[in-house]
Amino acid sequence: MFELLGIPPQVLMGQLLLGLINGSFYAVLSLGLAVIFGLLNIINFSHGAQYMLGAFVSWMLLEYLGINYWWALLLVPLIVGASGIILEKLALRRLYHLDHLYGLLLTFGVALIIQGLFRNYYGISGLPYQIPSQLSGGQNLGFMFLPNYRGWVVVASVIVCFGTWFVIEKTRLGAYLRAATENPTLVGAFGINVPLMIMLTYGFGVALAGFAGVLAAPIYSVNPNMGADLIIVVFAVVVIGGMGSIMGAIVTGFGLGVIEGLTKVFYPAGSAVVIFVIMAIVLMIKPEGLFGRNN
Amino acid sequence: MKKTILGALTLASFGLPAMAQDAMEVTLGVLNDRSGVYADLSGEGSVVAARMAVADFGAADKNMTVEVISADHQNKPDIASNIARQWYDQDGVDAILDVPTSSTALAVADITAKANKLLIDSGAGSTSLTTDQCQPTTIHWTYDTAALAKGTGGAVTARGDKKWFFLTADYAFGHSLEGETMKIVGESGGEVVGSVRHPFPATDFSSFLLQAQASGADVIGLANAGGDTVNAIKQASEFGITQSGQSLAALLMFITDVHALGAETAQGLVLTEAFYWDHDDKTREWSARFEEEFGSKPTMVHAGVYSGTMHYLAGVEATGSTDGDVVAEWMKANEFDDPLFGKGYVRKDGRVIHDMHLYEVKTPEESTGEWDLYKLVSTIPGEEAFLPMEGSGCAFANEG
Repeated sequence: MFELLGIPPQVLMGQLLLGLINGSFYAVLSLGLAVIFGLLNIINFSHGAQYMLGAFVSWMLLEYLGINYWWALLLVPLIVGASGIILEKLALRRLYHLDHLYGLLLTFGVALIIQGLFRNYYGISGLPYQIPSQLSGGQNLGFMFLPNYRGWVVVASVIVCFGTWFVIEKTRLGAYLRAATENPTLVGAFGINVPLMIMLTYGFGVALAGFAGVLAAPIYSVNPNMGADLIIVVFAVVVIGGMGSIMGAIVTGFGLGVIEGLTKVFYPAGSAVVIFVIMAIVLMIKPEGLFGRNN
Repeated sequence: MKKTILGALTLASFGLPAMAQDAMEVTLGVLNDRSGVYADLSGEGSVVAARMAVADFGAADKNMTVEVISADHQNKPDIASNIARQWYDQDGVDAILDVPTSSTALAVADITAKANKLLIDSGAGSTSLTTDQCQPTTIHWTYDTAALAKGTGGAVTARGDKKWFFLTADYAFGHSLEGETMKIVGESGGEVVGSVRHPFPATDFSSFLLQAQASGADVIGLANAGGDTVNAIKQASEFGITQSGQSLAALLMFITDVHALGAETAQGLVLTEAFYWDHDDKTREWSARFEEEFGSKPTMVHAGVYSGTMHYLAGVEATGSTDGDVVAEWMKANEFDDPLFGKGYVRKDGRVIHDMHLYEVKTPEESTGEWDLYKLVSTIPGEEAFLPMEGSGCAFANEG
């Protein structure tokens, strides 16, 4: 029977699918970063903390208010997005005319504060969050057992990612947004409220992080460091895809998930660094990223 | 009259030290992780435990002034070493307590020996503390990787799960835990069918779990700790691994980890601990007091800090000294009977010998509260649980 480097095809198929699932998280998170960077020129270092916030708010809704997963899927992005809007209105707004570095430092500081607060109140061990009963169990695909919930994660991420891409690249609203980042004064002259649009865009990017947090809560440990562990990888994904490129973020997100998944079979010890190796190679050959525009 | 007032003023200007001149002053430093992955199982809880020990020992009535200070070593050996040096050289610390993470513990053990103070380690797991890198002034209280391997590895193999697959964190601790357990599995008639080393820390284990599933093993041994173990178990349950007949054995797991998973996900898991709050009336009484002060149930690391401090203070009282070698000698010469660990003693190499317990996590139906998580499977007598001293590589303990 066909084998690749001693790995049976069943295992390989399974790993490809798993890679795609992990890629879903990379895609949704890097998409949020790409939207924020592409349209606001802010390097949002608090993205990981906002993802963690998404998972924690889901847990809180369930624990304190009895609100289930499905409502959390709707409410959490709104709540986390709103927190992003407050951050934008109070602080980030004042930094747009300064160098990228200031935005990066501010959001990094905010991330440390949020993580510290949650660590203080909820400890480091994490909190339990069960998979919703409608999605528990799984399907036997012949080559692997696919938990229903993981299947749902892929579907939900693909819908959200391509929905976002469509709105920004193909609709009138998206055109306004892109125009406003190119030349805010001119777009403002057409009677469009540019500061409001920018504020809502940041809120949307943060809401995407919150959404990824809800998706993650049932399968990963809900703890204050969950975002910090992931954010560096997600930044690498954005750099490989091309800073600010929406499609780049989505495609590299899923793609790198698959590559990482395969590394876990062929050379597990390398799975933690493979993305960074790819990043280094991409930066050497095409510094603007795979999908980046050279400007 | 004037003289009396003057005398009183002079006395007052010297303040308390003048009055406490004949009281013995002891300073204990709790050095552990207060913000990272081990903050819940050690952290502030260990400080609370040390303070409880000082109060329960009745230091004040015995004319001893005991102060407890603490610091965060961030699980980094260099930071831990700097703090330890400063504590010994400038702050008058007499003993350092807790010190989770083996690499930091070994660094502090070395500095402690040179300063002739005492290290009573509760949080670290490496057997090296009492074998090849042992020091006369190191006392290793709560557990070590050998005892965990013996408890969980031995019991699971004896239960009939002969074929093991290891999921191992790719760093020194994971390797050592894997090695110790493989040895025990082999000795108990089991076999190792495979292993995979995952990066530390890792979030997604599905890929490794699938490899474990395909190996046909009876049991998947998790040679990792903290968040890695929690994530691996959560995902094993999601992928139907436990439901399909393979079982999981967590080789190092604390009650805070089980609490983080909840009984629903963690049920049926077998693990070894030195202490469980619901073990008997004495542990329940102490744990209730601890919970009142700290807000959650104690881990075995917290319990170890308490017991270690009690035995240490008894040693200081008996010898009237805070010199590391003098107190260590007393602690090794005198057995203890402790409310938390029962009867035990400190072996010459510094290894504390007490019973270890094998527990199984309750099902949600059996569990009556959020911390009602374990049922006792068996108790492993201390003499069997830990490595024998002979041939352990600890030079000073084996000579003469």
